Amino acid sequence: MSPTVRLQEMIRVIRSARTQGEERGVIQRECAAIRAQFRQADNGGRSHNLAKLLYVHMLGYPAHFGQMECVRLIASPRYNEKRVGYLGAMMLLDENQDASLLITNSIKNDLAHSSQYVQSLALCTLACMGSAEMCRDLAPEIDRLLRASSSYIKKKATLCAVHIVRKVPELGELFTPAARALLAEKNHGVLHGAIILITELCERNTQTLVQFREAVPELVHIMRGLVTSGYSPEHTVAGISDPFLQVRILRLLRILGRNNDTASDAMNDLLAQVATNTDSSKTAGSAVLYETVLTVMDIKSESGLRVLAVNILGRFLLNNDRNIRYISMTSLQKIVMTDHNAVQRHRGTIVDCLKDQDASVKRRALELSLALVSAINIRSMMKELLLFLSTCPPELKSHAASGIFNAAERYAPSQRWHIDTILHVLTTAGGDVRDETVPNLIQLITNTSQLHCYTVHKLYRALVADISQQPLVQVACWCIGEYGDSLLRGECEETEPVQVTEDDILDALETVLQSHMSSPATRGFALTATMKLSTRITENVDRIRSIVSIYGSCIDVELQQRAVEYNALFKKYDHMRAAVLEKMPVMDRSSSGQTNGESGGGGVQELEPTKPKQPEVVVAPQPASQVCDLLDLLSGPDEPSLPGTTLGPASSMTGSAGGDLLDLLGGLELTPTLPTVPAAVTVYEKSGVCLKLSCERPLDASQTITLTATNASDHDITAFTLQAAVPKNVQLQMKAPSGDALPARSSASVTQTVLLHNPNKVSLKMRVRLSYISQGSTVQDTVQIDSFPSPGL
Amino acid sequence: MIKAILIFNNHGKPRLSKFYEHYSEDTEQQIIRETFHLVSKRDENVCNFLEGGMLIGGSENKLIYRHYATLYFVFCVDSSESELGILDLIQVFVETLDKCFENVCELDLIFHVDKVHNILAEMVMGGMVLETNMNEIIMQVDAQNKMEKSEAGIAGAPARAVSAVKNMNLPEMPRNINIGDISIKVPNLPSFK
Repeated sequence: MSPTVRLQEMIRVIRSARTQGEERGVIQRECAAIRAQFRQADNGGRSHNLAKLLYVHMLGYPAHFGQMECVRLIASPRYNEKRVGYLGAMMLLDENQDASLLITNSIKNDLAHSSQYVQSLALCTLACMGSAEMCRDLAPEIDRLLRASSSYIKKKATLCAVHIVRKVPELGELFTPAARALLAEKNHGVLHGAIILITELCERNTQTLVQFREAVPELVHIMRGLVTSGYSPEHTVAGISDPFLQVRILRLLRILGRNNDTASDAMNDLLAQVATNTDSSKTAGSAVLYETVLTVMDIKSESGLRVLAVNILGRFLLNNDRNIRYISMTSLQKIVMTDHNAVQRHRGTIVDCLKDQDASVKRRALELSLALVSAINIRSMMKELLLFLSTCPPELKSHAASGIFNAAERYAPSQRWHIDTILHVLTTAGGDVRDETVPNLIQLITNTSQLHCYTVHKLYRALVADISQQPLVQVACWCIGEYGDSLLRGECEETEPVQVTEDDILDALETVLQSHMSSPATRGFALTATMKLSTRITENVDRIRSIVSIYGSCIDVELQQRAVEYNALFKKYDHMRAAVLEKMPVMDRSSSGQTNGESGGGGVQELEPTKPKQPEVVVAPQPASQVCDLLDLLSGPDEPSLPGTTLGPASSMTGSAGGDLLDLLGGLELTPTLPTVPAAVTVYEKSGVCLKLSCERPLDASQTITLTATNASDHDITAFTLQAAVPKNVQLQMKAPSGDALPARSSASVTQTVLLHNPNKVSLKMRVRLSYISQGSTVQDTVQIDSFPSPGL
Repeated sequence: MIKAILIFNNHGKPRLSKFYEHYSEDTEQQIIRETFHLVSKRDENVCNFLEGGMLIGGSENKLIYRHYATLYFVFCVDSSESELGILDLIQVFVETLDKCFENVCELDLIFHVDKVHNILAEMVMGGMVLETNMNEIIMQVDAQNKMEKSEAGIAGAPARAVSAVKNMNLPEMPRNINIGDISIKVPNLPSFK
C-alpha cells in the first residue's frame, strides 16, 4: 500500500477535529502510535509513519523523535522509503543535529547509485541541509557528477556545488574548471545552474572573476541566441524565450562588467539590442528589461545607453501595473546616488506615487523622495512630504519624520522655515519622532535669537490647542519658560501677537502639569518652566510659589526633588534666584551629543558668550551646581544637591545621564586640570641657545621626553633642528618639532617630543646634535645627556 | 536565494512550508503566522511585493506572493533574486501542480503534501531555482512516481490493477481469442474511463 493512503486517513481524522484541543488530542495519540512503531524492529509501514510525522511537523507539533527513523529509511534499498527518508531529513534535520552526520555515508553511496533518481534525491538533500563537513567530504563526488552524467544530474549537481561554495568558500577553486566547461551546454536547465554557479564563484573570489571575464563573449553569444531565437515551445514564457535564463545571464554580465572597460564594451551592443527588442507588455518582458537597465547602470556603459535605460525606467514608472511601478522605483533608488539628475526628471511622478493606495509603493516613493530632496526643490518637496506625513500609514510615520528632519537640516532655506517645518512635523506626527529631536530643536531655537519672539508665540498657540503630543509640549514648555517675557510684552514683528496675561501662561503650564497625558519628563519641563517664569514675570510670583510647594510632596521622585529644590531657592536663596534663572546662552553645536565627563571642559572652552544681547553667563561656582540641575531637563534623577552645599561641578555632572547640551554652564566651572609640568633640566646652554629636557609618563619600558629650546640672544635663529642618538637596544622615535624658528630674547620656544622605548632597561643615554642658522652662519653642536631627570608626575 | 516557500489558506493554516535556511521549529511557526498576518492585510489590487517580517530578516528580504482563490503562495527571497522572475516562477509552480493533479484544488494539496514536496524539489533546490520548464518537471516527477509504484510489490497490486484498467484501450482488444481448441468471444464492452 502506498504510504499516502494511511496518511490520508490521518489527515481526514485531524481535519474532522472541531476544536484546537481535539486536534491536539488526535495528534498526540497518533504521535504516540508512531513512536511505538518506530521502536519496533523492521516494520513494513515505516514510510507511512514518517510521512504522517512530517505532516504533523508542518502543523507545528514537535517531531524530533523521527530523526533516527529518517536515517534508517535513507539507508533502505527501496526507493519510496528512501524518498520519504530524504524528505524527512530535509525537514527535520539540520547541521546542528548530530544525526545529520550519520547520513553522510548514505548520501555518498547514493551519489554513486545506478538510478539517477536516487542520485537526485541525495543531491537535493545535500543542497538543502549539507553542513560544512559533509560538503567537504562529498565535494569530489559532486565534481565528478558535474563532468560526466546526464543533463538531469548535471543540473542538480551544479546547484549542489553552489551550496557547497556557500558553505565552504575554499572549495570554489575545485569547481571553477568544471563550471567553465558547463557554459558550452545546450540544455537550458544545466546552463541556468552553471550561470548561478559562476555568479557565486565570481562574487566570492576576485581572481575567479578575472578568469571569467574571458567568458564574456561566450555569454554574449548565448544571450544573443536567446533574444533572436524564434518561438521555442519548451522555454517560451509569454513570448520571451526563457526569461529566467536571460535574467541570470544579465546579472552575471553585470558582475563581470563592473569597473572593467573591455568587458563593458563587449556587452554594449547586446544590451542595446535587448533593451530595444524586448516586449514589455507582460511581466516576463518587464523582468528582462528591468535586469537590463540595472546592468547598464552598473557597468561602464556609453552615455547613450544610460539615457535609454533611464527612459525605460521612466516608462515603467508610468505603467499601470503596480508591480512594475514598485520595481522601477526600487531600481531608481539604486541609481539615484550616481545619476542624480536623470532621476530628478521623474520627480513629479515619484511624488505622485506618494499618494498611491498601496503601502509598498508608498514606502518606495517615500525613500526615493527623501533621496531626491535638494537645495533647489526643498520647498516644494517639503510641502508634499508634510502632506504625506499627515496621511501616511503608521509604520512609515517615524521613518518619514526623521527623513524630513534630516532634509530640513541640510537644506533649510531660512531658519524661520526650518522652525516652521519642525513645528509642523511635531504637531502632525509628534508621537513618532525620535528622542533626540527635542534637544536638537531646543538648540536650534536658542541659536536663532532673532526669532525667539515668533517661536514662543507659535509654540504657545500650539500648546493651548493640544497638549497630547509630548515632544511638542516639552519644547513649548521650555520656550515659554525661557522667553515668557516676550510673550507677555505682546508685540512681535513676525506674527500676530497673542494678548496673554501672566495668569494665562501659568494656567497653560499648570494644565500640562496636571494632565494625565503628560509623561513624567514633560511634567519636569513644565515645572522648571514655571520656576523660570518667576524671574520673568512680576505679579504672580506667589502663585508660582504655591505651585512649586504643592509638588514638593508629589509621588514622582524627580518632580518632588525639583520642587523641593526650587522651594529652597525661594526661601533661603532668594538673592540668587535671579542669577540662577537667567536666560540660556547660545549653545555650541559641536559639544552636543557628548557625555558630560570629557566634554564639559572641552566644549566650554570654545564657548564664548558671543551675542551681546544675551545676558552674561553665570560664572559663580556655587549657583553653577544648581544651574546644572535646573538645566538637566532631560536627565534622570540627579544627586540631591541642595543649593548651598557646593559640590564640585564634577559630581553633579556625573549624575546626569542625558542632559549633555544643557550642562554647559556647569562645565564652565571645571577648571581643566592641567598636567603638572614635570621638572625641566637644562642640558645645553651656549651663546644664548638653551635646551631643556623634561621627562613624563614613564611606563615600564617607554618614556616620553620633551626637548624645549629657547634663544636668549639678541639675534633670531632659523632652521633649528635636533637630531638624537641612543644606545643600542633602545628605540627612538622623534615627533615633529613645533617649529624651526627661535626668535630672539626667548620670546618663543620650540618643543619636540621624543619617545624612547627601552625594553631591556639599559641605562638611558642620549646624544643630541643641534644645528641652526644664526646671523647667516650655520652652527652645529653636540651634547651628551647621561642622566635623565625623574619624571615630574 | 529563496529563503522559504509557504503555502497557506485564507485562514492562515499552512498547507506547505519549506525553509531553505535553518530556523527552530517554534520560529518556523511564528514566521508562518507573521507572514500570514502581513499578507492577509493586503488589498486585492496592490502590488505583489512586501517587505519581509522581522523574523525572516526584515527589510533585506522580500515577500513575493500570489493569491489564488483560497490559497496564498508566498516566496520569501533576498535581494539576489529578480522579483518579477519569482512572480513568474510562482505561476509556473501553480501551473505544474495543475497539470500533475488535474485541476488542482486546496484538498489536493492537503491530502498529497508529499507529492507537492516532490514537485517542488524538482523546481527549487537549496534555495535556488533549478528548472523552470514545466514539461521537463512533469516528466521527471512522472518517472519518479513510476519508480515508486514499481517497487510497491504485492501491496501495490490493487493500485496497479486500477491504473492498468484505466489505461486499457478496449476498442483495440481482439474480438476472438483462439488458444488451441478454446475459442472465446469477447463481448463488446463500453469504453471504461
